[in-house]
Amino acid sequence: MPDLLAARSLMAMSLGFHIIFAVVGIGLPLMMVIAEWRWLRTGEEVYLTLTKRWAKGTAFLFAIGAISGTVLSFQLGLLWPGFMAWAGPIIGLAFSLEGFAFFTEAIFLGLYLYGWRRLSPAAHLGAGIVVAVSGAASALFVVLANGWMQTPRGFRIVDAQPTDIDPVAAMLNPSGLFQVPHMILAAYAATGFVVAGIHAFRLLRDPDNQFHQRAFVIACVVGGVSALFQPVSGDILANVVAKYQPAKLAAFEGQFSTESGAPFRLGGIPDLEQGRLRYAIEIPYALSLMLYLDPHATVAGLDAVPREEWPPVGVVRTAFQIMILAGIWMATVALWGAWLWWRRGSIVRSRRFLQTMVVTAPLGFLAIEAGWTATEVGRQPWIITGVMRTAEAVTPMPGLIVPLMFFGVLYLFLAAVVAWVLFHQIGSSPREEPLRRNRGETRPKELTVRAYGTEKKPE
Amino acid sequence: MNLELIIAGALLIALTFYVLTGGADYGAGVWHLFARGARSRAYRALIDQALAPIWEANHVWLIFVLVLLFTAFPPAFTAIVTNLHIPLTFLLIGIVMRGASLAFRYADVPFGELHTQWDRLFALASLLTPFWLGVAIGTIVGGLPAVSGNFVATYISPWLQVFPFLVGLFTVVLVSYVAAAYLAVEAVDERLIEDFRWRAIAAGLAVLLLDETVLLASRNGAPILWDALTGTAWGAAVQFGTATAGLAAIVCLWQKRFRWARLCIVGQVTLTLWAWAFAQFPYLVPPQLTIYNAAAPTLTLQWLLLALGVGALLLFPSLYYLFRVFKQQAMFGHDDPPPSGEQRRKGGHT
Repeated sequence: MPDLLAARSLMAMSLGFHIIFAVVGIGLPLMMVIAEWRWLRTGEEVYLTLTKRWAKGTAFLFAIGAISGTVLSFQLGLLWPGFMAWAGPIIGLAFSLEGFAFFTEAIFLGLYLYGWRRLSPAAHLGAGIVVAVSGAASALFVVLANGWMQTPRGFRIVDAQPTDIDPVAAMLNPSGLFQVPHMILAAYAATGFVVAGIHAFRLLRDPDNQFHQRAFVIACVVGGVSALFQPVSGDILANVVAKYQPAKLAAFEGQFSTESGAPFRLGGIPDLEQGRLRYAIEIPYALSLMLYLDPHATVAGLDAVPREEWPPVGVVRTAFQIMILAGIWMATVALWGAWLWWRRGSIVRSRRFLQTMVVTAPLGFLAIEAGWTATEVGRQPWIITGVMRTAEAVTPMPGLIVPLMFFGVLYLFLAAVVAWVLFHQIGSSPREEPLRRNRGETRPKELTVRAYGTEKKPE
Repeated sequence: MNLELIIAGALLIALTFYVLTGGADYGAGVWHLFARGARSRAYRALIDQALAPIWEANHVWLIFVLVLLFTAFPPAFTAIVTNLHIPLTFLLIGIVMRGASLAFRYADVPFGELHTQWDRLFALASLLTPFWLGVAIGTIVGGLPAVSGNFVATYISPWLQVFPFLVGLFTVVLVSYVAAAYLAVEAVDERLIEDFRWRAIAAGLAVLLLDETVLLASRNGAPILWDALTGTAWGAAVQFGTATAGLAAIVCLWQKRFRWARLCIVGQVTLTLWAWAFAQFPYLVPPQLTIYNAAAPTLTLQWLLLALGVGALLLFPSLYYLFRVFKQQAMFGHDDPPPSGEQRRKGGHT
């Protein structure tokens, strides 16, 4: 395996692993804070149980996110020293701000998790809110840095070196500004749907369990509202891509030749030899209409850029389609949920809706992985669009296949243990109808023991 | 004062905080290797209580060091990550293993027999991470000349030397020493306090010994360090200060004045780190890259400094709050004249 490919694979693996935990670190604190707020408002203990359980999940997944994020900050340099030497002074500001956001998140998460008895209820909720906000702020700064790789700004090139560097202009690059809402909404949608799916699964067997009902409703609201806004933010982002990275958009849409009145193509197999998309379902004029609000607008195709500057069309196109389909499906399910709420006043009573939520649960994360693949593979062959090729940035260190294999095994191992821990954490959630304060017949003791996870550890 | 200098100072401060907080967390893990028998359970409880709320925040200092380095001094960062690819990868593996084993331990899942394995992994990773950090630092101070030789000359021989390995060993002992002193303050069980008192004394003696060994080895391994510490007045003063702080710490430990001991140790570690930094001043990566010739453009440094200033206003009160809530007795309390378990336990809950 060539070193460039090994480096790209390793980076992709590290990012693909980290993004899951980063996303949960944004989404889960929000739901945890909502549950705690409900607990303070209503005094229903089931909300407190829920808060503590989500906090437990946040603690664990944030820790994995923190270490996988550390891996990334090292690997940026270990694998792409050419890129970091060039881009460090330009986008380092965004990473510094992200560092502060991460610091804040770590500090207040520590306060939140271990401060139940040491902080006042308001201070505790406040700590939770800081965690949720700084989690989103981390995403903001990291995605702005990523956006700069798509649409580099804030410098001039003189003798192949950046001059007149303006880190703020670099941070406020067009792609980043529109990627940010898309990513944060994605985080809320993906986390909301996966949590909702888990509780829906439990509700199918235990329909009157109030713990799962409350959890399901909060997760559905967070996930559903985000999923409804997501197509809008995606459409705006696609316009930005069309404007600044036409080759990438052409790969997304399977648009091989420049044409006016371009159709929106669903499915199909890209045929690179003949330069066309086979067997696709076409919706006439739809792409031109979506991008430029004009059915006859011209959409640039892959033929507008030299062949060697094409991204890998097959991968990009497939990933993009997966993301679009998953997103549309999630938005549809969210609309269905809204309709249920409006017409029947409850979303926990429809078995069919619960079943659908179980099936939909992983789609948010699938969409995130796919969308991220489309974004980053679509940027190829550039590491900084139009400025530096990925091949120029890679480390001269040979034998990168070795760390690739090693980290591959490491991630598999970590993923297996994470799955096992989550299985246990989720599996120990209360099965019976949990207590409300005015009901004496439930067994609060057992519930609290399980919920707080204080089972006696065997030595 | 130059912007470069201020940011290099911030870099050094961040590294100092990392060694004193994050480093100590690793040191606590190193002592886990020595936890045997019935007391290992009490030890685990102590370390869980001591580390759980703060280890992630402590870890972020390292991220800061990285980010400051690649933002403000990109050529230095590039030189380090390229030539030290292999030891840094080992360092990274240690960080991942240590963090993962802590996360899994705290996940409150009945691992059964596996709990022992996590403990073992935790202890081993806690040992390896500071070692490789020390190797990286030792290699940098020894100098990274731009070589265009073969694989071994570029990627292996710079760090596969006596001096970097000695610095690695020194780092492990140093963080263990810091951890032992912290834990002696935080422990409530009389036997644990005694354990850590003796461990701290032993580690303190080892640090003093290794300090001199590293210095002697630097004559060949890192001449820049040797020249500065033996050939200048401030070098002699720093050596004297470090040795005084080290001896005072041991005396305080002997007399069970743990808070004074901790203060001396913090001073000793800070002096050690700063002696290294000032010895290689103005070089970031000898023999070519200095704070001045590796610095990023002025506008970047200005914005970075602004971000650091504003961020510090946010960060330090938050950190103070964190330590105030969880380390009240340890950070802001006093040594009890007769350290009886009952009184300490009361103190721990205030």
